[in-house]
Amino acid sequence: MSTLHTVNKSAFERNSLESCLSVCKANASVLLIEDAVVSALQNTTISEQISAAANTGVKFFALSEDLRARGLSDRRVMDEVTLVDYAGFVKLTTENDRVQNWL
Amino acid sequence: MSDTKTFVYINRKAPYGSIYALESLEVVLIGAAFEQDVKLVFMDDGVFQLTNNQDPESIGMKNFSKTYAALGDYDVNQIYIDQQSLEQRGLSLDDLQALVYEDEDDDWAEKSSIHLVNREELSEIIESADVLLNF
Repeated sequence: MSTLHTVNKSAFERNSLESCLSVCKANASVLLIEDAVVSALQNTTISEQISAAANTGVKFFALSEDLRARGLSDRRVMDEVTLVDYAGFVKLTTENDRVQNWL
Repeated sequence: MSDTKTFVYINRKAPYGSIYALESLEVVLIGAAFEQDVKLVFMDDGVFQLTNNQDPESIGMKNFSKTYAALGDYDVNQIYIDQQSLEQRGLSLDDLQALVYEDEDDDWAEKSSIHLVNREELSEIIESADVLLNF
């Protein structure tokens, strides 16, 4: 049994990613969408939190369409974060038992 | 009315996730018609508004980032980027659009509109404002 968490707000501006990570189980998946994709960049004040959670087993994903929209190339994204497209988003929702949206 | 006022626009949100960035740009362009002294500040997630190579077609949005390049033609050429915000996001000026204007007092030489500033300089910019508009 696993949970997919979606986060749509920038971690630089809101605490939704932090709240998400504070309750996230090790087998959970976190999908960054909309403005939250900026949280997936390398060498930021957020990257350490993502690395730490990834080390416990949390899987991270970011929606590639939202990165492209903001001019953020795939190369800038942390190694811990897997890129998915909209079809991948749908697949993640089917692979998990429930979806928690951190609006 | 010939009084010129200093308008400072503070942009602090990433583009596309909310309407703030586009609304700000539209207000700036409308305001530019009134020949006021205009300064734009990009800080916090606002620095993402100026990233190169934006392509929001696949999320069904219009790419308004190209419009920033027109600001110079509207005499909006005082654009301030907060250095700390860039660093916190793993970005540098190279990741942002080069925005320029032609200086009519210097034989129309092309000059950069972009100035990298620290928080101390930002507070001076805010102090210089007659009108502050936040987005």
